[in-house]
Amino acid sequence: MSQTTTPVTSTVVLKSWKAPIAFGIFTVVSFVIFILLNTGASTNFRLSTESDFIQLPAIDLPALGTGIFVTALLFAMTVLSFFFSNKGKSSPIWMISAFGFFFMVGFLTWAGADGSILIPGLLLGTVGLSIPLIFGALGGIISERVGVINIAIEGQLLAGAFVSAMVATLTGSPYLGLVSAMVAGMLVSFVLATFSVKYLVDQVIVGVVLNVLVLGLTSFLYSQVLSKNTAVLNSPPRFDRIDIPVLSQIPIIGPVLFRQTLIVYLMYIIVAVVAYALFKTKWGLRLRSVGEHPMAADTVGINVAATRFWNVALAGAIAGIGGAYFTLGSVGAFQKEMTAGAGFIALAAVIFGRWDPIRATLAALLFGFASNLQNVLSIIGSPVPSEFMLMLPYVVTIFAVAGFVGRVRGPAAAGKPYTKS
Amino acid sequence: MKLELRNITKRFGQLTANDHISLVAKPGKIHALVGENGAGKSTLMNVLFGLYQADEGEILLDDVVQQFSGPGDAMAAGIGMVHQHFMLIPVFTVAENVMLGHEQTTRGGRLDIEAARQLVLDVSSRFGFDIDPDALVGDLPVGVQQRVEIIKALARDAQVLIFDEPTAVLTPQETDELMVIMKQLRDSGTAIIFITHKLREVREVADEITVIRLGKVVGEASPTATNTELAEMMVGRAVQLKVDKGPAKLGADALVVESLTVLDPTGMAVVNDVSFTIRAGEIVCIAGVQGNGQTELTEAIMGLAHHVSGSISLDGESLVGKSVRHILDAGVGFVPEDRTEDGLVGSFTIAENLMLDRSHGAPFVRAGALQLKTLTEFATETSKEFDVRSQGITSKASQLSGGNQQKIVLARELSRDLKLFVAAQPTRGIDVGSIEFVHKRIVQTRDSGIPVLVVSSELDEVVALADRIAVMYRGRIVGIVPADTPRAVLGLMMAGEVPAGVAA
Repeated sequence: MSQTTTPVTSTVVLKSWKAPIAFGIFTVVSFVIFILLNTGASTNFRLSTESDFIQLPAIDLPALGTGIFVTALLFAMTVLSFFFSNKGKSSPIWMISAFGFFFMVGFLTWAGADGSILIPGLLLGTVGLSIPLIFGALGGIISERVGVINIAIEGQLLAGAFVSAMVATLTGSPYLGLVSAMVAGMLVSFVLATFSVKYLVDQVIVGVVLNVLVLGLTSFLYSQVLSKNTAVLNSPPRFDRIDIPVLSQIPIIGPVLFRQTLIVYLMYIIVAVVAYALFKTKWGLRLRSVGEHPMAADTVGINVAATRFWNVALAGAIAGIGGAYFTLGSVGAFQKEMTAGAGFIALAAVIFGRWDPIRATLAALLFGFASNLQNVLSIIGSPVPSEFMLMLPYVVTIFAVAGFVGRVRGPAAAGKPYTKS
Repeated sequence: MKLELRNITKRFGQLTANDHISLVAKPGKIHALVGENGAGKSTLMNVLFGLYQADEGEILLDDVVQQFSGPGDAMAAGIGMVHQHFMLIPVFTVAENVMLGHEQTTRGGRLDIEAARQLVLDVSSRFGFDIDPDALVGDLPVGVQQRVEIIKALARDAQVLIFDEPTAVLTPQETDELMVIMKQLRDSGTAIIFITHKLREVREVADEITVIRLGKVVGEASPTATNTELAEMMVGRAVQLKVDKGPAKLGADALVVESLTVLDPTGMAVVNDVSFTIRAGEIVCIAGVQGNGQTELTEAIMGLAHHVSGSISLDGESLVGKSVRHILDAGVGFVPEDRTEDGLVGSFTIAENLMLDRSHGAPFVRAGALQLKTLTEFATETSKEFDVRSQGITSKASQLSGGNQQKIVLARELSRDLKLFVAAQPTRGIDVGSIEFVHKRIVQTRDSGIPVLVVSSELDEVVALADRIAVMYRGRIVGIVPADTPRAVLGLMMAGEVPAGVAA
């Protein structure tokens, strides 16, 4: 018994072919569409708006040449990705991003052939469509990180949009409208929190019911009350655009990020604050502990029920701001079902962003870009059928969530009610 | 600090989990609280720790009556607890786990991780632990996780420490180390309450012993009492601690497992190149601390695992890649380790549970319809044979005690024509009476010429049942040894060491 040895554990690598296969499919698509179905001569990309201080020259890309160049590049990346997978590594994130970028360049060149695309306009629209998604996703992250699945984001957005339109019209102040939107989102959250935390009702069911309830209620009030008194109840003042000095003069990103309304600047602050607070403060540590292992949190003296309740309420308030953006930031009046599923896309952004505020923001921007691409292309008259383009944001969402996320792990106790005995 | 419990009573509906329990824990003493599973030990400690509110009785610290409305109060009063199921957050670091609940912050509300790291290092060095405060708890071995639990309690200056079944997840070596730590804590003046049902450990460290049974204190014992005396107090009657079994009548090789490897979804080999053979009429026990691949091994045999390579053959027929249905039809009986999760449907009746894996045809199903008469007869008969104590065969499985639930699973599996019987943790969490019964049936199965594979993390059970013992560590079989191998050798093997002279 004097001599001993210890067996060694080994890890066998499982190869994942998801990325290279997806790359391969997109490369074939790009070959067929950008080269074989190519019709136009060239596409004009404008990089500056007329009011910019620094004017960048417009770029003309030859349609066929760009198609061939992009397809060759995509093919090279596909080969590289097969190489990575064969060695048991996953394709690096920069490669996936570069692949997406070049595919998009090829696609825009093909779709906009013989026309002109204003890049700042495309991006500006992206940010605009992403704002409610980002606020919704932040609400989703806070709620799920504390252990309550928030399907009701859609309802929180819609309630925020409706109430902010009405309050802002009545008071004449968009600021009061914004505050009332937060209150409205919070009220929806109170229902969610009460039923799921206190009465232990299945959180998904409560969320779905809340969405239907808010949709029905706002639609009813809209057609019965608002639409008959539009001037008195549904013509809210909108937030003014604020140009940030210097920053707004940066080419391309200046007009996109720094010539925006108060709500957008608020978004920058809230994303940064939530990202910091979630991982670096007492509030965040306790919140995450309750979402991961509520019993452990309880044994160190944290009140699980109260933590869940108030953080779900906070999540609702943040999602409510996203709702206010619909009426006070972009459209300017409440319309029936105006959120149109944004809450569900925000939920997808939560998962695609792996419950991380920064990643979820980027995911929301991606989904916003897909929605706006459809708008832009239908205006310039692309060869793609408009029905297909309408599908685009949802197709991107499905691919993003199902395809590239793989196995992600959410908060361990999300969706599970906590009881002591 | 002296802790006193006076007449603590806690009821859950009809059930009285604690019936006027009193005990005193003194500083510098280890007070063992022993009793069977379900005797009410954990309930009592959860009352003491403020997780449950007692219906009657009071808790006194240094003769002052305490009111705990939650664990926070208990901790503030100086009571710390090392939970049976660790109260640690796997995705947090050690330092984050230790600071949770009484966080210090610096400017701007930022968590003071540095202070928490220092605290972990300070407490660790006092007890000679070697713990990285920045490691994620989920990545640490269970023995180390338990030390994090201890650090968590000590970091809050706990004067009374409760250890709730602390050795259930430890190897024998880790258990010995824990005993040393407990003695160290005792000598530094901490009052310790040590909850367990393992008599060997009680006699090793306890200064005072209180025995409880069915929620009541049945007596106090001195640390010099024998195992048999303590066991009789726990169970309330004479018990046989040894399994009665004759020599095995070995037949031909029945189950042959060769180079079996099972990968988990991340590509880790959880079962790694495992080979062994079980002959007809033989019990092979897989020993080892839980989580070393035993679960995955049984799942692979039952066709429940993915990413399986290597071969498993039963009487010459290959089982790898076959469906679960096919494997059951091949005559494999299986008692899963978590009976409430995988063995039974709690809301089904005893009768329904008894036909769960035979819903594919005669005799219980004909032309798609259940043959309720056949089922009733079968269920009545088998419940009697297997001594399932209930109101009747229409009782819901979830209403029965763990022992009776396990008998249902056993009855279902053993009432089929078997060619192999696989039992994973067959006696976990059941009473001594049922343990005796289960062991008897397993030996009977062996004696009828069926090869038996038992997986157990209780060394006592392994030694009692096995004809041969295979020890698993980190997915590999460290060695296959005869049943009379000394416990010390088995303990070393469970920690992954291969003693010289043992064929690996």
